[in-house]
Order: sequence, then C-alpha cells, then structure tokens
Amino acid sequence: MINYIIRRLLYVLPVLVGVNILTFVLFFVVNSPDDMARMQLGDKHVSQAAVDNWKQQRGYDLPLLWNEQQQGLQRLEKTIFFEKSVGLFVFDFGVSDNGRDIMADISQRMWPSLAIAIPSLIFGVLANITFALLLIFYRGSYLESSGLFLCIALMSISGLFYIIAGQYFVGKLLALTPISGYVPGLDAFRFIVLPVFIGVVSGLGSGARWYRTLFLEEAAKDYVRTAKAKGLSELEVLFRHVLNNAMIPILTGIVVILPSLFMGSLIIESFFGIPGLGSYTIDAISSQDFAIVRAMVFLGSFLYIIGLLLTDISYTFVDPRVRLD
Amino acid sequence: MLSLLWTDYLIFGLVIGCIALVFNTRSKLHLRRPWQKVFNSRVGVISFTVLLMFLLIGLLDSSRIQYQAVLESGEPSQQTEVLSVLDIMLSPLRTRVEKTYSAPFAHTAYAKEMVADAQGNKQWVYPRLKFAGAHLTQPELEKSADITAKILSGLLYGGLLWLGLFSLVLLASKDCSYRASSKGKKTVLWSLLLMFGVLGVLSQLAPYYHVLGTDKVGEDVLYQAIKSIRTGLVIGVITTIVMLPIAITLGLLAGFFSGWVDDLIQYLYTTLSSIPGVLLIAAAILMAQVYMANNPELFTSVEDRADMRLLLLCLILGITSWTGLCRLLRAETLKIREMDYVLAAQAVGVSRLKILKQHVLPNVMHLVMITVVLDFSGLVLAEAVLSYINIGVDPSSYSWGNMINSSRLEMAREPIVWWSLVAAFIFMFSLVLAANLFADVVRDAFDPREVS
Repeated sequence: MINYIIRRLLYVLPVLVGVNILTFVLFFVVNSPDDMARMQLGDKHVSQAAVDNWKQQRGYDLPLLWNEQQQGLQRLEKTIFFEKSVGLFVFDFGVSDNGRDIMADISQRMWPSLAIAIPSLIFGVLANITFALLLIFYRGSYLESSGLFLCIALMSISGLFYIIAGQYFVGKLLALTPISGYVPGLDAFRFIVLPVFIGVVSGLGSGARWYRTLFLEEAAKDYVRTAKAKGLSELEVLFRHVLNNAMIPILTGIVVILPSLFMGSLIIESFFGIPGLGSYTIDAISSQDFAIVRAMVFLGSFLYIIGLLLTDISYTFVDPRVRLD
Repeated sequence: MLSLLWTDYLIFGLVIGCIALVFNTRSKLHLRRPWQKVFNSRVGVISFTVLLMFLLIGLLDSSRIQYQAVLESGEPSQQTEVLSVLDIMLSPLRTRVEKTYSAPFAHTAYAKEMVADAQGNKQWVYPRLKFAGAHLTQPELEKSADITAKILSGLLYGGLLWLGLFSLVLLASKDCSYRASSKGKKTVLWSLLLMFGVLGVLSQLAPYYHVLGTDKVGEDVLYQAIKSIRTGLVIGVITTIVMLPIAITLGLLAGFFSGWVDDLIQYLYTTLSSIPGVLLIAAAILMAQVYMANNPELFTSVEDRADMRLLLLCLILGITSWTGLCRLLRAETLKIREMDYVLAAQAVGVSRLKILKQHVLPNVMHLVMITVVLDFSGLVLAEAVLSYINIGVDPSSYSWGNMINSSRLEMAREPIVWWSLVAAFIFMFSLVLAANLFADVVRDAFDPREVS
C-alpha cells in the first residue's frame, strides 16, 4: 500500500512536468515576452525601453530555454523556463504581473470558494441520489418516463440561464437573498444560499441520470433478485441493498473531485461576485495575467492528480476485494 | 459567385462525408439495425427532424455568395457584399434596423424621446418605430387584430404547404395510403406540420414586427438568434472532426499495443485531462489574440478574423476533449484484443494494422457514435459559457453566448430588457434538447448493455 502510494506520487512528477512544458509552450514560445509586455502595457507603440523595464521587473529578460552567456548548469538555470517552473513545484507561485503575491491571494481566496463548493457538493449529491432513487422506485411507470424527460430538459438548459433566472427571480423580484456579493464569517450564509441552490439545480439533470445508471446496474444483479424472492419490499431492497452496494461508485466518484473543490466554480463565482479562486482565475484571464493563469493551471492539475490517487486509495477502504500493490 | 470561409468548406465537407457514410451504412446489417431502431422511436424521429431543420439553416447560412443588393429605386447598388443565402432570405429582418431597444411586437421605442409633432410642438413621448408596425395608422387599436390575422394566415399558409408535401409523400409511396406508411414516416409528417406552422407564422409576422424585439443597436433579435445557429453547429460539429481521429487512433493503439506505447498514450491523456479545460482554452485563446494583434496582415477582414478564431476555438476544444473517448476506446480495445476472433486472425497471420482496421475498429464504432452525439450538446452549451468569459467566439460574430453576454447587463434596466436573453436561451434550449433526446435514443439503440 505504502509502496503503491509512493510509486503513484512519483508518477505525479512527470505529469506535472508535462503540464508545465505545455503551458510554457503556450505562453512563452508562441508569443515572445516582448509581445506580452506590449499587450500588458497596452499600446502598440510602447518604447523598447518600457518593454525592457517591464521584462526585467518580472524576470522575463532571460533567454527562454538555454542561456549561452552562463557557465555549466547555470546555462539551464538562468532561463525563463527554469526560473518560472521550478518555483511551481514547491508551490512558490511568485508574484503576479500586477505585483501581488499569488500564494497569499490563493490562501485567502480559497475559503469563499470552499464555502460555496462544499455545500453545493453535499446537497447536490443528496438531491441527485434522492431523485435517482425515486426514478428507480417508480420504474416502468409514466412517472419514470416523465422524470427522465425532465432530466434531459434540465440538462439542456444552459447553466447561465439558471444563474440569471435565479438572480432575477429570487434575488431581485422576491428579494429573498442578495443578488451578489460576499462577506466573511457566519454572515456569509445569506450570500451562499442562492449560488448553492443554483449549483444543485443545474447539476440535477445529469447527476440524477448518472446515479440512476449506477442503481440500475446494481438492481440487475442476482442478490437483488434473491432479496426480492425472499419477500423484501421494494423499498427495503432499494435502501438496504441497492443503495448500500452502489455506495462504492458513489463514494469514489465524490473522492475524485474533492481536491478540485479548492478551485471553485468559475462561472458561479464570477456571476455572484464571490471573491474565490474561480473568480480569481476569470479575472486573471480577462486581465491577461499570465503568472496567475499558469499558477492556477499548475494547482488545478496537481489537485486533479491527487484526486485520482485518492480515488484509488478509497477503493481499498470501501471495497475489501481491492488491494493495491 | 461563391465566396466561402474556412469553416464553410469544413461544414460542407462534413455533410458530404456524412451522406457518404449513410450510403456506406445501408449495406451493413449490424449498423443498419440500430439506426432502424432509432428511426422507429417517436422521440428519435422528432428530434432528428428538428436537428435537420437547424442543420438546414446552418447550411443556408454557410453558402456565402457575392451579392449585389437592389436599392429601393430598383437599380442594383454599386457595391457587392458577401452575404449568405440565409441573409438574403432574411433581408427584411436584416435591413430593418431601428434606433435602439424595442420590445417584442412593440410599435414604439423602448425609451421616451423628445419628438416634435406636425405643429412643431415638442413632446416627451415614446416615438414610433421606423419599421415595426409602420403599416398601421392607429397601432393601439389595430395591433392585436392585425397580429391575430397574421398568425392565422401564417398558420393557413404553413398548413397548406404541409398538405401539399403530405400528399406528395403519400403519392410517392408504394400504395398511396397513410395507414400503410411506417411509424417513422407518420411522425416525421406530424412534426413537420408543427414546424411549417411556426415558420408560416414567423414569415407572416417578421416583415411587419420585431417578433423578438431589437437589441441595443436596433438589430432584430430574431435575426441574431437565427444567425447564431451556424456558430453553434460549427462548434459542435467541427470540434468532433478534430477530436475523432486523435481519440480513435490513440485509443486503439494504446489498447492494442501494450508496453511503452500504452504508457506514453496514457501519460499524454492524463497530462492533458489534468489541466482544467477552461484554463487551457483560455490560455490558447489569449495566445491567439496576441498572435492576431501582432500579425494583422494575415487577416484581411473582420469576418476572416472571426472565422479564424472560431476555427481555432474548435481546434482547442477538440484537443481538450479527446481524452474521454480515448480512455473509453482503450478499455474496450483491451477487451476485444483477447477475443477469439482476434486471436484467430493473429494465428492465420493477418498483419496487426489490418486486425486493428478490420476487427477492432468496427467493434468500437458504437462507442464513437454515442460519444459524438452526446458531446455535441455539451459543446453548444460550452460555447455560451466561454463567450461569457470572453474566450469564446469573436465578439463581432453572431452567437448565443455573445447575445447573452451583451444583454446580461441590461437586466438592471427598468423596465428590463429580457428579450435578447430569452431568445438566446430558447434557441439554444431547442437545439440542445433535440440533440440530447436524439443522443439518448442513439445510445439506447447502440449500447449492447441496454438490450432490455
């Protein structure tokens, strides 16, 4: 087990290096730092001195991959690639293009993101499972087919619609919750309700269908037939057997996205003006702050891989047949 | 004189490819049977008809020609412009541009203005619109009767046209009887009635009113929504062409050749899928923007630029979305590799490439088919979200995402300007719903697990 985890953690390294090279190519090779400087400084007719100054402040005045002017290993180390990438591996994200410390920003903005993401996940899973169980319970009736159609219809509505309609009807017309904004502390509750609710509703269609297929697969198994044959009621079968055994895929499905919760939801956060990591990323994209975008890419892929690893480990906990070695 | 953009060529190429594929499928029983199942289900047929309708509009919008407009005086205008066939068909919608916002079916503007009447007295009133309802002398009294009359005549025209088609179809069939025609054909006919009705009503109303209102610069919202269909289709369809070859090749190779090939491909897709998709797209689009800003000479017109950006977006979406299908195909190939018929083929000395092509590929095609139809709707929805963060299609081109994005801020106005948003959402919803329903039927028909 320990060996397996260590091996998997070692496997994370090449993936992260790959991610790094990819983003590096995207950001620095396609466009030279000069282009970026001109874009940041706004004007096309910026003087070369200003560009050089901008580059030097941010450490972009080095060669990209190979420094001819240095000796020995320094040739590799005194380059943009090395300087900008190595820091990422020890989670030193450096300074953003507008001069703020990225790590401090992230650790501060993480909390609002989690405040939205965790309740959304919990209530989302509960709502999806309930809906899926209802679909299974009324199998073969008109209730099921109309429920399935409802799922598809819910899936077909753009996520933006849920947000805009929710803000308009709940926030503006009924004035039950603030339309957008955030305050730290317990008072945040008022601001969280609506985004969480919208997150749950917008995921209901696809989520319920996904859980339904899990339950259906489980319900087709022999032990379910046995349980029914010995006279258990449909409800008892559903809760005691089907739900219990479907817990394995449900749990592992949740574990895989747990780490990524830190990243927040891009769209919901920026619509509701929540100062989390999602809106941080969106702001960085729209202000074209490459340092932040790179840091977030790195963080996102790191968390994704950790999620995969946690999934494998969680299998051993919920399913005694699985052994990792 | 045709004058096509890159995406137009790709769309037409794809349609021709699809037609060729249909003829190819007709001769193969194992593919024909599931499709028959699809077209025997009512939902499948209706959603397919709706999809075809959207596709037809998209194709009309992709057939761009050099067009010399005719001026009101009857003479041809001096300059020629490149317009799509759809633009020309929708000329009444395209050219009747009001000053600014107006509500659906309104005959007056959205905001009050200082207007001088015949005597020169200035009044603070809602001015009449230049085009919408201009044929009425007393709009307050006549408007509802006029609209009702137009709706009825539209329904009549649509109904008559449908009746003509209906009798043609019956005459063309073998025994000229409605009862004997297949269930699929009946459903097609009835769903066409609905569509003809809607089209008839719109064709009667649209020249006289702005059925869905006008936007900030006074452009008809219905026109914008119809023009956006093409963008949605392009994103959904071209992305698939980009994704499929990568996913199929790598998936089959990884599953069939274990060892370092498998390791390498697995590494590739783990790396790619570990990067949050939106960020990768954002990064690529940002880079493209810088590149375009630095090389303006490569893109001569605004349309060229917008088209290039659309193509690039499809490319990036394709590159980010092949991993899921690749993983599926790898797992399936791993299973098929151990099947008896593959072992037998190996034993008699069939080359490995030929085994892949003849024995493995046809047996994973159902997965490919299901994924393609399922991905389509997701991509249409993704476009709106990406355009909202400004990393989607070019702001100058028509798309539902751009419509939502530009009208989002108008929600704060009083009275609110809701029509652009609602129009974009309704159009998007009908396309995506049709695609999702169709995908569902296709999956049921092709998925060997769901035989029950």
